[in-house]
Amino acid sequence: MSQGIGAAVKRKEDKRFTTGKGKYTDDIRMENQAYAAFVRSPHAHARVNSIDTSAAEAMDGVIAILNGAELTGDGIGNIICGWAITSKDGSPMNMGAWSALATEKTRYVGDAVAIVIAETNAQARAAAEAVDIDYEELPVAASLAAALSDGAPQIHENAPGNIVYDWEIGENEATEAALAGAAHITKMDITNNRLSPNPMEPRSAVAIYDDAEDHYTLYTTSQNPHVARLVLSAFYNVAPEHKLRVIAPDVGGGFGSKIYIYPEEIACLWASMKTNRSVKWTSDRTEAFLTDAHGRDHVTKARMGFDQDGRIVGFKVSTKANFGAYMSLFSSAVPTYLYATLLSGTYNIPNIYCEVLGVYTNTVPVDAYRGAGRPEASYLVERMIETAAREMGKDPADLRNINFIREFPHQTPVIMNYDSGDFEGNMRQAMVAADWAGFGARKAESAMRGKLRGIGMSCYIEACGIAPSAAVGSLGAGVGLWESAEVRMNPVGTIEVLTGSHSHGQGHETTFAQVVADRFGVPIDTVQIVHGDTDKVQFGMGTYGSRSGPVGMSAIVKALDKLEVKIRKLAAHLLEASEADIVIEDGQVKVDGTNKVLAWHEVGLAAYTGHNLPEGMEPGLKEGAFYDPLNFTFPMGCFICEVEVDPQTGKTEILKFVASDDFGTIINPMIVDGQVHGGIAQGVGQAMLEEVRYSEDGQQLSASYMDYAMPRADDLPDFDVLHHSTPCTTNPLGMKGCGEAGAIGTPPAVINAITDAIGNNDLSMPATPAKVWAALNSATIAAE
Amino acid sequence: MHSTNYHAATTAAEAASLLSSAEDGALLAGGQTLLPTMKARLAAPSDLIDISRAEELRGISVTDGTAIIGAMTTHAEVAGHAELRSAFPALCDLAGRIGDPAVRHRGTIGGSLANNDPAACYPAAVLGTGATISTNKRDIAADDYFEGMFATALDAGEVITSITFPIPDAANYQKFAQPASRFALVGVFVAKSADRVRVAVTGASEEGVFRWTNAETSLSSDFTADAIGGLSVSSQGMISDLHGDGSYRANLVQVLTARAVAAAS
Repeated sequence: MSQGIGAAVKRKEDKRFTTGKGKYTDDIRMENQAYAAFVRSPHAHARVNSIDTSAAEAMDGVIAILNGAELTGDGIGNIICGWAITSKDGSPMNMGAWSALATEKTRYVGDAVAIVIAETNAQARAAAEAVDIDYEELPVAASLAAALSDGAPQIHENAPGNIVYDWEIGENEATEAALAGAAHITKMDITNNRLSPNPMEPRSAVAIYDDAEDHYTLYTTSQNPHVARLVLSAFYNVAPEHKLRVIAPDVGGGFGSKIYIYPEEIACLWASMKTNRSVKWTSDRTEAFLTDAHGRDHVTKARMGFDQDGRIVGFKVSTKANFGAYMSLFSSAVPTYLYATLLSGTYNIPNIYCEVLGVYTNTVPVDAYRGAGRPEASYLVERMIETAAREMGKDPADLRNINFIREFPHQTPVIMNYDSGDFEGNMRQAMVAADWAGFGARKAESAMRGKLRGIGMSCYIEACGIAPSAAVGSLGAGVGLWESAEVRMNPVGTIEVLTGSHSHGQGHETTFAQVVADRFGVPIDTVQIVHGDTDKVQFGMGTYGSRSGPVGMSAIVKALDKLEVKIRKLAAHLLEASEADIVIEDGQVKVDGTNKVLAWHEVGLAAYTGHNLPEGMEPGLKEGAFYDPLNFTFPMGCFICEVEVDPQTGKTEILKFVASDDFGTIINPMIVDGQVHGGIAQGVGQAMLEEVRYSEDGQQLSASYMDYAMPRADDLPDFDVLHHSTPCTTNPLGMKGCGEAGAIGTPPAVINAITDAIGNNDLSMPATPAKVWAALNSATIAAE
Repeated sequence: MHSTNYHAATTAAEAASLLSSAEDGALLAGGQTLLPTMKARLAAPSDLIDISRAEELRGISVTDGTAIIGAMTTHAEVAGHAELRSAFPALCDLAGRIGDPAVRHRGTIGGSLANNDPAACYPAAVLGTGATISTNKRDIAADDYFEGMFATALDAGEVITSITFPIPDAANYQKFAQPASRFALVGVFVAKSADRVRVAVTGASEEGVFRWTNAETSLSSDFTADAIGGLSVSSQGMISDLHGDGSYRANLVQVLTARAVAAAS
């Protein structure tokens, strides 16, 4: 089966992407199109005393300048957070009001205050600069420490002390008791650095109001157009769902940042109605830094206790999570149910307790970014166990190995129930590939050249395939997290798959077609994947959390099951055979053991002509399914990183990087390896290069590529990507998901390697040359 | 970008004339700094006078002991010039590591020197060799040209026409790239001639490119990396930013100077 499951076929979509024929939101051009520009707060925290638009309104091409008072006056609702988290004391989280256009106060630099609509983009931008706003600057809290300090400025009136929530999971007393009896305790303070997502395509929106039909269309850079339509309709009151069509055409990367419905899309839709013009807005890179939701930004204190043999007895974690100025759509779940539930890692830990303090600051909202909570958990667990091994003088692989979970299903103390895996098998495979045993000789060779060599591993686990709807509902989610599919076989035998998943680089047009090819033996070129348009596709939940495989493809499988039943029944009738004897292979329908056969198109034609159907069968071939997962899936793996540090400059070179992953069933190994490569690159970015930095007064200091260091090809080695798969037991294809693993498993492997090289464990991400050099020098001073 | 009037000048004299008649004009060389700045709406010249196509400002000539490079010669042209590479390989290496290929095919030596970014590479070579900057009005010695971050001895309306490098007996440029911009976090150009050694440092100082005279003195009597070993640079006045503090940059000045001496050929 050359094009089915497991075949490394080339991506069907790449011809248009690599020849400039992709159609992105900014490529949409309407005849009556006007352009939007946003007037943004230059202050991180300020009262808006007045907005004077008189000079701007007189400028060439200006159509309208609209503000927050008009927006709320028209009944446009505040931006919501979709997952309700309950604090330790039973109180709901403190939601600060977030209007798409700020009314009384601005709370971060870039907070939108007004929208300018003009005939050209240049005119809109020029007019936006001419809007005169009288701001009264207020004290700023631009960091966790500042927001939690005594006398910190109050960012939202209804969030005393800038606290969003004070949440906990696990058993505190039992964990404390376990730690009290521990033979060794490893304590660490860990910071997870703040990141900017930087998809290649910036956010964009084209809002089209049709006054004759009172109907809205929104082209937008979305990972989940149906969720966008639901939220825009039900909460922001833009239009009822049947009067609003959301289209996410080709989308150039998301990494989570395009899950959310941002102020700009809301304001453009509303402004389109106000001006009766189509309104286009496309973010430039500066706006992307200033307004795309950031990721990570945790500060954590943790203690891990071990018994005499090195077995973990308890793990206690206290985390402060920076949410920025407002609670973005999924933000509340990230440092709680997507983070603390993974604190058991790949280890058998009998007692875990974690408390999380969510905090408002005068910074851009923080939400899910590739990995979303799991990179933070993985970094913490894998830095802790590596450090513990060093403190106890144990081999880090041995210490991991005696703590690995070996029996499945395994219930952790923090909700998750792991279904499958071979943790030691993955680690051993990675160690062989990395020549772990030969490291000592290589280190000695580096030393002869005056270089410091280090090696580090991480045995991550994460949770994908979000998620059983009833389970997440009981934990506060506002939506169910199933997925939908519809499979249509046409009269000529070609097949259309309409999926609620959304591809923004993942290659669904290829992999989803492979699932169909695998089932029927038809060529993938005869299978069309349709997605991203609420008028074409039934309601779906979209793509994030590596869910398109385990959840999205499972829905397709369910629909294919139904379609196959009908095809068998029809074929049995036409071939005058028993259904049990019908065989579907190589794009033909045959009767087993005979030469009776129907060509694929003959099946389609028979179904649609309806001339000769079995008693009671409806014409046509179209089946739909909604798949609600039974459990999360648990991709896991072992990453090993080997580095060499130049002690004179602190520059670190990654010499070797081995990734051995368990993704369960793999549909297309080439695409999976591509996901791993990209994930590792982003993980190396977090570990060594990337960090969003703010000044004390809330100005973003790293808001361009001159200061925000994205990973480039020459920052990275040739990756050694391996697989050691155990099928997932809870979905039909046995898939676990692969989209985020690289970003989750990489940072601890890199930092474990660098700290091994320099002999100083006190090193925070990103490990820039300057920081590595400083850590080396402080280690040298301490040694002297 | 704000709207601007574009003019293409074919000679330095025409450029100077256009510049003097513009309300708030700016010379456009390769545009690798000016155009991004304009796109970010941080600069809004009324007129852009493009001198990149002025033939008299382009080209490389290597004569006995001297290399003359037209101001509008691109980094890629300098990097790829065979005759220059055999006479003065350190300069070709420097040019070949500025920015990325797109930058190197647009950016020019004259544009770089007129802008005098404190982290640019060319100022280190010009100061490190004691080159001469020729303009439409005069010749300016490198020691008199650089006047601090983004500041030069150029008068308003003055157009750089060429740069004359005395070709050293041995030279090397060591660049430690800032991880994001890939500009020099610190760059050190060392040049040894029969009668002198010069060491110029870019990227490090709040005053822009400077000569490390203590190192020059030591190296003049002993041109080995060991001669740098006992020296150190004060972190006072060194740039401190997201990518490294003053003490880190001071360390890099010392380390890179030693490496440049060791590598000088």
